[in-house]
This record gives sequence, structure tokens and C-alpha cells, in this order.
Amino acid sequence: MSIELKMAWRNIWRNPRRTLLTIAAIAFAGMILVFMLSFQLGCYETMINTCVKISTGHLQIQAQGYLKDKKMRLVIKDPDRIAQFLDTVKGIDHYTFRANGFCLVSSDKRTYGVVVTGIDPMKEARVSSIKSLVRKGSYLKADDEYTALIGELLSNNLKVNINDEITILGQGRDGSIAAAVLTIKGIFNSGIDEFDRNVIMMGLKGFQEIFSMGTSVHEAVITADSLGDVSRVKQNIQNNFSAIKGDEALAGLDWMEIMPGLLQGIQMDLVSGIIMYIILVIVVAFSIFNTFLMAILERTREFGVMMAIGTSPSRITKLVMFESICMTIVGIILGIIIGSLVTIYFQKYGIFIAGTEDILKQYGIPDRLYPKLSLISATAGPLVVFLITFVSSFFPALKIRKLKPVEAMANV
Amino acid sequence: MAIVETKNIKKTYKQGKVIVEALCGIDLIVDKAAFVALAGPSGSGKTTMLNIIGGLDLPDSGSVIVDNNCFADMNQADLASLRLHKIGFVFQAFNLIPVLSAIENVEYVMLLQGVPKIERCDRAKGILDDVGLKGKYDRRPAELSGGQQQRVAVARAIVSNPAIVLADEPTANLDSKTGEDLVLMMKKMNTEKKVTFIFSTHDKMVMDYATRLVTIKDGLIVNDEIKA
Repeated sequence: MSIELKMAWRNIWRNPRRTLLTIAAIAFAGMILVFMLSFQLGCYETMINTCVKISTGHLQIQAQGYLKDKKMRLVIKDPDRIAQFLDTVKGIDHYTFRANGFCLVSSDKRTYGVVVTGIDPMKEARVSSIKSLVRKGSYLKADDEYTALIGELLSNNLKVNINDEITILGQGRDGSIAAAVLTIKGIFNSGIDEFDRNVIMMGLKGFQEIFSMGTSVHEAVITADSLGDVSRVKQNIQNNFSAIKGDEALAGLDWMEIMPGLLQGIQMDLVSGIIMYIILVIVVAFSIFNTFLMAILERTREFGVMMAIGTSPSRITKLVMFESICMTIVGIILGIIIGSLVTIYFQKYGIFIAGTEDILKQYGIPDRLYPKLSLISATAGPLVVFLITFVSSFFPALKIRKLKPVEAMANV
Repeated sequence: MAIVETKNIKKTYKQGKVIVEALCGIDLIVDKAAFVALAGPSGSGKTTMLNIIGGLDLPDSGSVIVDNNCFADMNQADLASLRLHKIGFVFQAFNLIPVLSAIENVEYVMLLQGVPKIERCDRAKGILDDVGLKGKYDRRPAELSGGQQQRVAVARAIVSNPAIVLADEPTANLDSKTGEDLVLMMKKMNTEKKVTFIFSTHDKMVMDYATRLVTIKDGLIVNDEIKA
């Protein structure tokens, strides 16, 4: 160990109480940052996965322009060719096809405007969580064509129940009138009011028949092995687009493009979180600044003597910076360890925040929240604390460069 | 042969609104291997003189030459290097580095000079043995008596064979017996190793051991006595 490092380590323990308090402040900031960042990122992943599972999937292939303008005629003409291609792409967990139509739905008593979605019940159950969201009745079977799943809020509005009939009236792909009577087989509740109020699901074959779709669909909905794989899978799809789309104008979209509102919500929340973290780090930085300023002021005489016997100011500055780094590293390591342990505990058991269930439900988040520890969440915050601490100890250390031996030694 | 030569050194300080004339034109020549005491009452300018000879402070006017190095031609970095290689300091309040052991304190100066570790260790042990601190190498300053601390300070000052050792009232914080032992030790170093000592004091016993007694009063040399 170099003598500077040895001196630095011994110097920081000359005032153990002050050192312990400073280390505790750094460790606390590190711990809070590890936990809060893990918590935020964990919540975002839950939000994304929940939304993705309920409606959009991680990725979709659509006809060019369908995302912006949901016209019936903007279709994927040959879904089988897309299916053959998707079977070869690595990182895809499952995929399914959907078709959507905007209709009026009527019961005996009321009429509402809704989106009717044609689904392949078996494939849909692997891609989305809709099967598990059915609260009344049962999920669709593979050969169900004129039976439907409807949202709980819509069923309340229409005043219908299981086995009741509803009439849908819309426009087919060829401009013809699309009309059918559907029997309600199941009622789902996702917790997302907009979804539960506006969506009806029925068998894809029945939908294609009613809406004159032929074999075409509107969306190929894809889930990746994990959220982290989405960009890679998207890249794979886009790289091979020319081989699969033929003369069709198709677009490969990820969840951020399909649900920009969710992304903006996450970004807003992240920004507000970052502002809070910056405030926390600044408070800690002032504490560190104060500690180092005190440590330097009370040792001015000692620095004067060191300069008198030939130590250069830069060497003393280096010594003081070593002291800062030693203390910060100990604090940061403790912060990461404690923060990670706390996070791992709550990652297993979750956190219940009373009174927020309804709000969370609207974002598809369960009432128990789970932080998720990752390399980024465990290191990003502490790294910022390390840098800020380093900078805040640098300014007091600069004072040493201005010291003159005689004046410093005269300091009491 | 002169190791220190000062000509017409003047130095003033500002204390609040009052300007204090610390040195009013001092000429002093000290030969190599001398054992010189600067005597005089408090505030006479002894410490200021030592600080100027040691390159810790610069005079307002006049010239200082130490071991053929003229301070007028040197910047702060040059002066720091000169202090490191040519001058040893012993302070009234010992001023050892509190977090280093006795041997580490002595080694520290050699470390700054870039002396290899093994040589540093050997020389530090040897000099600590010479000042009577054999077996106390690993004690921190707080674990040593005042006399022992000052011995470590002397060892630190002379370990790198400086041209001169400047000691500012080295016995002021010691009892008379310990003080005398320390002066005898310094005298021994002076005699055996030909180290030049210049020290300030107003201790009669210390003055008795000096080979030359320079008395300063109100910033001027009022008496310069070569003793047998």
C-alpha cells in the first residue's frame, strides 16, 4: 500500500464519529438510490408487461399507416407468410393475429360504439392475458366464431350477462355492411376502464366472415422472450422485411411506437424521480463538502508542516483526495450492499401501498409492487453519488494549493 | 566555507493596521558544520530569520544564499525542492505527522526524495538508533513522550543529510533534563556527521552548547559571539 493511501486511511479514522456519520450519509444516499431506482424500473417493467399482455404485445407487424389511421382496408393480406417468417426469428416467445373493426353494439336496451377484435383464441391465450382476465363465463374455444368476450364495464352499460345476445353493426373491408348477432360467452375485467368499456373479442374466423376480410388480418402481435429482447427482435424483423412483405407495405412497430402515451408517462415519472434523486445527492454533497472543509481547515497547520519539510501542495491535495475516495468507496459499497439486500427482499415479497390500488389498476399495475434489481439500478445511483462526492471534496482540497507554509503553520 | 549567507535582510509584517518591522537589515554568514544559536527576546525576529533562511518565507529586501542557491532566482516550487533536499526542520511543537509511526515519519522525507524502500527503511532505523529510539520504530507520536517526539523530529530533519538543520526553539516544550539530552544529541550529530545546525532559543543552557551565539534584538543583530 502506498504511503499516501496508508496516511489517507489512517487520517479518516482520526475522527471516527465524523467519518462514520459521513460514510453513513453516503451509504444512505446509495441505498436509497439503489432501492428507488430498482423500484421505479421494476414498476415500469410491470406496467409495460401488463399493458403489453393485455393489448399490444411487445411488437406488431401492421400494414403501413394502420397505426395512425385504423382503416379496415389497411390489412396484412397473407398472414401465413408472416407466420412462416416469425417462426424463424430468434427471441420471439409467441405471436398471434388480430383484426379490428369499429362497430355499434346493441343490447335490448342500449347501444354503444366499440372496437370488435377478432382473435385466434388459442394463440391469443399465449400472447395476451385475456384468458386469465375472464371473470364470468368462460374463454373462447378454438372453433368459436359467433360468440364473444366483452368487458365488464361494457356489459354493465349494455345491461347484458352471460349467454345474452348482442348485435354488432359496422362496415366490412369491402365497404359492405357488417352485421351479426353474437352470444356473450365470457366477461373480462382488466382493471383498465377504457379497455373494459370499449372492447369486444370474438373468433377471428367469424370476424373475417362478418367483415369480409377473407384471410387477411390487421395485426401480427408478437411477444418477445423478455422486454430487453424487444429491440433485437425488432431489428431482426426489420432486417428481413424485404423478404417477407413482397409487394405489401408493412411496418414493424414496438410497444413504444404503439403506446406512446405509456412511454411518455414513464419518461415523465422518470424525470420527476431523477429530480428527487438530484436533490438527495445535492444534500449529501453539501454534507460531504462540509466534512471535508472542516477536515482541511482543522489540519491547516499540519499541511503547513508537511509543506515545510518538502511535500508539494499537489501531493497533499492527492492525500486529501485519497481520504475522500476511501470514505466514499466504503460508503458506496455499503450503500450498494444494503440497498441491494433491501431490494431483493421486496423483490420477493412486494410492497403494498394502501389507497393506490385504483390508480395503479388504471395502468394495469397490480396492487403489490415489486422492485427489480439490475446492474443499472444497483450502480447508476451510487456512481452519481461517487462523482458528486468526488467533486464536492475537490473544492476544499483546492484550498491547499493556496496555502503558504508559514501562514499555515501559524494556524492554530 | 559559508553554507548560509544573508545580506541586508529586511522583513515587515502587517498585524491588523500596524506594520511590524521584524527584521531591519540582517547580515549573517554561517559556516559549514557550525552549531549556531540565534538568541533574543520574544518578538526579536529569531523565528522570522529562520523562516527566511529555510525558504519558508521571503524577505522584503536583501539576499539569501543557502548552499550556493540564491533565493532571488527561485520560485515556490524551487524553494520547496530546496527545502526537501537541503534543509531539515525541527519545530518547537515537534510537528510530526500524527498518523505515521516514528519510522514512517523519518522515512517520509526520503520517500518524497524518491529513495528506494529498502534503503529508506535501513537509514530510518539507523538514524532512530542514533537518536536513542531503538525498538520504538512503530510507535505513533501520541505514544511517545515530548522528548522522544523531538528526537524523531531531529532524526527526520537529518536523515537525508541536509546542508543545514534549522531548529526553532527545539527545547521550549521539554523539561530541562530532556532538553539538555536533546541538545547533546544534536551536538553529537554536529560533531560526528558535520551537520550544520542553526537554532533559535532563549534557553541559557542551549546557548552554552552553541559554538556561536548570535543575539538579535528588534530585528537587528546586536551581538555575534564565536565561542571556543
